[in-house]
Amino acid sequence: MNVADWSFDPSRTGRRTGIWLVLAAVVVLMATQTYAITNSPAEGDMGHLQKIMYVHVPAAWMTFLSFFVVLVFSVSYLWRRRETDDLIAASAAEVGAVFNGLTLALGMIWGRPTWGVWWAWDARLTSTLVLFLIFVGYLALRGFVDDAGQRARWSAAVGIIGAINVPIVYMSVMWWRTLHQQPSSPSTLDPAYTLGLRINAIAMLLVLIYFIRKRYEIARLERAVEHAAQSAAMGGR
Amino acid sequence: MKRAWVLGGATVILGVFAWLLFGGLEKNMVFFLTPRELLAKGTEGVGVPVRLGGQVKPGSVKWDAQSLDLRFTVTDGGGEIPVRSTGAPPQMFRDGMGVIVEGRVGSGGVFEASNLMVKHSNEYRAPKPGEEAHEKYRTLIQQSASQ
Repeated sequence: MNVADWSFDPSRTGRRTGIWLVLAAVVVLMATQTYAITNSPAEGDMGHLQKIMYVHVPAAWMTFLSFFVVLVFSVSYLWRRRETDDLIAASAAEVGAVFNGLTLALGMIWGRPTWGVWWAWDARLTSTLVLFLIFVGYLALRGFVDDAGQRARWSAAVGIIGAINVPIVYMSVMWWRTLHQQPSSPSTLDPAYTLGLRINAIAMLLVLIYFIRKRYEIARLERAVEHAAQSAAMGGR
Repeated sequence: MKRAWVLGGATVILGVFAWLLFGGLEKNMVFFLTPRELLAKGTEGVGVPVRLGGQVKPGSVKWDAQSLDLRFTVTDGGGEIPVRSTGAPPQMFRDGMGVIVEGRVGSGGVFEASNLMVKHSNEYRAPKPGEEAHEKYRTLIQQSASQ
């Protein structure tokens, strides 16, 4: 591969758009969180604890979305062998792991005062933890393989096989009897909660896009360094 | 060495999937039994650790704030089992709420719970005007904690 392909000029990648994107994400998230927290009434059973929903649920959705990105770009990599696809998949996996961890942490914080326990080994919680471990395993695998091509192929395989778990996590509460309740819908939510949830999902989507994009830029810089080091090791060719 | 790590990791992931998809799925994925199912087990269901889930039968809750003794009945509409638990229940515990208890059925047919979990529905609603949030049990817990 030509080293010149990987020379990377940050000024060329729309740094300004990056700034607008992060500004939009932060401002929209602050606005939607503030709106949701100040405009939703205390829930009948759990009072203000319901407000954890505005981060926990969008975080779970972004986790699914991240893994979908991993799946699409893993398939694309194996098909077209474009290194950028591998880097996008890896970036989405790293961001997905963060959102997955956030989902689990907030779920535990929500579960303790409402359910009475931090954790239960039911199908939803267990499969969500497994999803987190798949993300971590995917990232660990990338850390262990030195050869870029081999790393890309193997992690694409893990990304595709691991994606099987996403529908399992989502359907777990329908397929099995669990402590976690089934998904809410506008018919089971107070309209104020539905609105708060939707606008916060949009805000979280902006955060997700920004995170993946930023991580991808960094991944390309890392790859450029890697290629430069390799070519230097081979005598500067 | 690295190859061993990778193969080991891949084996673990595939193993977890195999277990999730084909393994003790039906057996292990039922988090709790309903009263009817537990009663149907007859003597087999007595004395063994089990999770029991259902609805707190309205009007069945007896709570002694002094001894932290909590008694109620779990029902699924078809069967009901009396439960004895110790300690303050979660804030959302109340008449008619979904509940899962861990423990075992004693010889007297009373379920001795070592752990009590509230199972919430997927409904989230603000109380209607004039209605108060169900916070009575929080008051109860705070009272018993300060005693």
